[in-house]
Amino acid sequence: MSISFAPGGFHPPHIHADRYGEIEGKPFDVHITRRLLGYLRPYRREMALAVLFMLVSSGLTLLTPYLIKKTIDEHIAVGNAQGLRTMALAILGCFVLDFFAQWRQRYTLNKVGNNILRTMRDQLFRHYQVLSMSFFDQRGTGTLISRMLSDVGVINELLSQGIVTMAGDIVMVVSVSIVMIAINAPLALLSLSVLPVMALSAYLFGKKARAAFRRTREKVSILTGRLAEDINAMRVIEAFAQEDRMSREFDQINRDNRDANVSAVALSSFFTPAMEVLSVIATCIILWVGGRAVAGGTLTLGVIVAFLTYTSRLFQPVLDLSMVFTTWQAAMAGGERIFEILDLVPDVKDAPSAKPLTDVRGHIVFDHVDFEYVPGVPVLQDVSFEIKPGETVALVGATGAGKTTIALLLVRFYDVTGGRILIDGHDIREIKVADLRRLLGVVPQEPFLFQGTIAYNIAFGRPEATREEIIAAAKAANAHDFIMRLPNGYDTEVLESSTNLSLGQRQLICLARVILAQPQILILDEATSSVDLRTEGLIQDALEKLMAGRTSLVIAHRLATVQRAGQILVVDEGRIIERGTHAELLALNGVYAQLYRTQFLTLEEAPVAVGAK
Amino acid sequence: MRLYWRVLKYMREYWVPQAVAYLCMLAINGVLILSPQITRRIIDVGIGKQQMDVLAWMSLALVGLTVLRGAFRFGEGYLSELVSQGIAYRMRNQLYWKLHSLSFSYHDRAQTGQLLSRATSDVERLRELTGRGLLRLVDSIVLLISTTVVLLRMQPTLAVLSLAVMPLVAIIMRRYMAQQQPAFRERQNLMAVMTTRLEQNLLGVSVVRGFAQEPQEIARFAAVNDDIYDISMVTARRSSFTMPFIVLLASIGTVLILWIGGRMVIAGQLTLGALVAFNSYVLQLVNPMRRLGFIVTRLVEAHASAERVFEILDAESEVKNKPGAIELGPIRGEVTFEHVSFQYVGGSKVLDDVSFHVEPGQVVALLGPTGAGKSTITNLIPRFYDVTEGRVLIDGIDVRDVTLESLRRQIGIVLQETQLFGSTVRENITFGRPDATEEEMIAAAKAAAAHDFIMRFPKGYDTEVGERGITLSGGQRQRIAIARALLLNPRILILDDATSSVDTETEQQIQKALEALMEGRTSFIIAQRVSTVRNADLILVVDRGRIVAQGRHEDLIRESGVYADIYYRQLRQEDRVPQMALAGRDG
Repeated sequence: MSISFAPGGFHPPHIHADRYGEIEGKPFDVHITRRLLGYLRPYRREMALAVLFMLVSSGLTLLTPYLIKKTIDEHIAVGNAQGLRTMALAILGCFVLDFFAQWRQRYTLNKVGNNILRTMRDQLFRHYQVLSMSFFDQRGTGTLISRMLSDVGVINELLSQGIVTMAGDIVMVVSVSIVMIAINAPLALLSLSVLPVMALSAYLFGKKARAAFRRTREKVSILTGRLAEDINAMRVIEAFAQEDRMSREFDQINRDNRDANVSAVALSSFFTPAMEVLSVIATCIILWVGGRAVAGGTLTLGVIVAFLTYTSRLFQPVLDLSMVFTTWQAAMAGGERIFEILDLVPDVKDAPSAKPLTDVRGHIVFDHVDFEYVPGVPVLQDVSFEIKPGETVALVGATGAGKTTIALLLVRFYDVTGGRILIDGHDIREIKVADLRRLLGVVPQEPFLFQGTIAYNIAFGRPEATREEIIAAAKAANAHDFIMRLPNGYDTEVLESSTNLSLGQRQLICLARVILAQPQILILDEATSSVDLRTEGLIQDALEKLMAGRTSLVIAHRLATVQRAGQILVVDEGRIIERGTHAELLALNGVYAQLYRTQFLTLEEAPVAVGAK
Repeated sequence: MRLYWRVLKYMREYWVPQAVAYLCMLAINGVLILSPQITRRIIDVGIGKQQMDVLAWMSLALVGLTVLRGAFRFGEGYLSELVSQGIAYRMRNQLYWKLHSLSFSYHDRAQTGQLLSRATSDVERLRELTGRGLLRLVDSIVLLISTTVVLLRMQPTLAVLSLAVMPLVAIIMRRYMAQQQPAFRERQNLMAVMTTRLEQNLLGVSVVRGFAQEPQEIARFAAVNDDIYDISMVTARRSSFTMPFIVLLASIGTVLILWIGGRMVIAGQLTLGALVAFNSYVLQLVNPMRRLGFIVTRLVEAHASAERVFEILDAESEVKNKPGAIELGPIRGEVTFEHVSFQYVGGSKVLDDVSFHVEPGQVVALLGPTGAGKSTITNLIPRFYDVTEGRVLIDGIDVRDVTLESLRRQIGIVLQETQLFGSTVRENITFGRPDATEEEMIAAAKAAAAHDFIMRFPKGYDTEVGERGITLSGGQRQRIAIARALLLNPRILILDDATSSVDTETEQQIQKALEALMEGRTSFIIAQRVSTVRNADLILVVDRGRIVAQGRHEDLIRESGVYADIYYRQLRQEDRVPQMALAGRDG
């Protein structure tokens, strides 16, 4: 569902969000990794600290058993009570220190992780604010939400916990390897020979795992998207009693999500034991080769025992690394999806030469404007017209003729594909987007209200407005009376479903919103289609006051509304086919006159009405 | 506790794979105990006594055992994932079902972002708990208990000493859980607030852009983002202290043993070997404690999530089939409102003593100012809400006495706001009757004056609409929604301002088609245009929740001041007709 302001005609084809899945990506993508690590840069100090604490802590974990052994062998065994007390206190000191290191390490990592989470969410949200409208036409709300929630979460897991674990593991692997080589180089190299095999299998596994994790990310975003859509459409589903069918469809999506997750975990559950088997093979190599060497008298038994201890210390971190690798794969899949969005360059953005706009008179020119949402399917063709400052121009034509598109181009939700649009002689692409939009006030076809109070909604375009100004705007839009009848007046919360307000009432609030914003140029797109006629009559005066001295573009089906426009443009299939004042167009006796007569006729069939005149 | 049990009950369905997963877990522990024995044999016998065959066999056994352990580990990981994913799947389906069964009044108050975050992130937390979380919990507890038993048997005095810190640990954990629980709850709530803000921003993107309010939106989002950060740090500060602290307490036990046990050895009350063995077992207590601390955090988080999920599952639907509700047979379409009053939950009275009677096949028009209660009246017919007072009868049967499905299937409704699904035009039109034939679908589309514009789309009826497809204009969407309702071939048709965004010419086409279709059907039309209303068999003039006048046009124009007022006002407005137009009418 596209909200408010729906242009008629065609829309971009299906640049599907899930371009993944077809390609099995590289298990290790340098670019994504580098960008992910970039998030850690501001926290270099903290990360260094965390690694330090981690090293202290793992050092202590190695030291304590040694101290205990020493206590037993050298103090208890010889009956040295004095030494026993000293050692016990030393061990206690180790534990306390370890506690401190762990505490600070956890805290630091949590802090970094939460900071990164916050940054990424903020970054995504900011980017959503500048992306082109065409982007939102193509992506479901649910998908975009899911990137913000779950993809960001996986990345955080890697950056905060994963990286430090990895750093510690690598330090451990390297230092243990060095010690082993120092003790007995041939045996060490032999037992380390499984490492390349491990690396290779990790690489192969990574390839598959990334595809699997990518699938899980995709499925969860489909699931979220579907949920979001159906929750919004719950009324229609209930009204048509289609709960069964929709539930079946949801069941399928839900099932797919489950299966994708189970198979991804199956892969990683297989991977870890496979690595363990490799490490045991290394142990056996040591035992076998070492055993023969002992038999041959070239090696002592003590060396073998030491080696066995070391290999277990070596392969545990390797196994942990493989776990981190899994996190890495998931984070990479998430990173891909997030960077894909962050890398999108908005079509509509400030040109480097964009100027701030001052002293606007409101002179609008459409100069041979062409537009297409989908290349090759023109929606507007060669549209040219001029609105003089303060003039009102009305657009008339069948649904889907392109009237709304004209309005969308003026506020630069899309850029023209041919020709140009000028305001006071400046191409709107040369004006700062924010300035342009502040200049223009749009009352859209579909009145969108945000959750929040009615006052908040009216003041949306001018959050600093006082309560008096808000009330004045509401009065001008003829909304004040019904607002005062609501339980909490202006502080009544607008429910998300907006059921506490009728469609017409929402249109009035949108109108008040624009009145309060005091734009120099007004665009009314069927602004009062759902307002009853009595109310509309009342608003009409307010609108006329508002439009006085302002350049206005009005789209309406009720021709009564457009009759007073200085110029009427009849739009048909993306072209302007007639233009002139109401009287001129009637005299022309073309499409407009025809439209006018149809509308008029339906009314005039009532004999009573004619009599009443 | 009650909530945890309820989560655990979900495992019943998967008890076989779950049991196997736990057996695998125990088996892994068994292998872990066995492996060192083999290694010892290899060293002592194989290498030490130079028995190469023992070395060979035992090495093979070691590899075999590891493969076996790998298989168990795979089984444990895979099966627990299978179970937990199955539970998440079941919960999501239940939530989805529940959302369907909840009445409009629930959805009026509910926020999409809230529902969404419960069905995704809260369910995910519960999944983690039922999968690995619980497995590790059981694993740790088994290890703790068995170690404790061994310790007690070995040396009761020392064992009591080493376990002395346990009550303290328990107290700390309890306090920790009690502190974290509200914080986690708060965090989950804030997450939902954030989801809602994001969703609102995305839905209202054109308004945000149109008013150049991006900076304010960013600030609002940043505010909740900061709140999440703050509350996360509050929980992080506690958990990063408490978890290592518990480990420290357990470690203090080890030191005590060493010290006091050492003194006993020195005093000759204990052998050195016994102390060493005892100490290595005590060390085994530390790891499960460490894990336990981690799981406790998860448990607390899951509790907050469980509250949020079950809150939805336990919500009572205000509108539901009453026990013994009957299947409503084919209806004639007589509709009666008997002194109906209605108010939304917590709201003021929207309808007040509304009574009218409609014969089968009549066309009823509802007229009145915006917000008068017209939509509310029509919403009571398919029982989207239940009346607060009075009765709504169809063919003389109270709508509360029949099943919702049988009632709604016979009523076609075009809601004021046209909600289309992000799929093809075809699927949207056949939404209420997926089994409709091509001809039926096209006939409905033609009647709704939608066929022509649909055929102009590149893929006709197979064109995707909505989020990933083409964007339809308001009028086009309304016409698809009308086609959707018409395809149902309903006995009662409700058009709630269904053509407000359609141009007059198209509206006339639709009207003509509808007139033919409305033959013999009871129809309710809410419209702003008097022209639409004039030919109705019954006009209800609604104002501030009351019916202020009812009758036919001819009668009302004479008898009802309000109606006449609306009527002439409209005429005057649409009536600024120069003579030219009238001339054109003939020529």
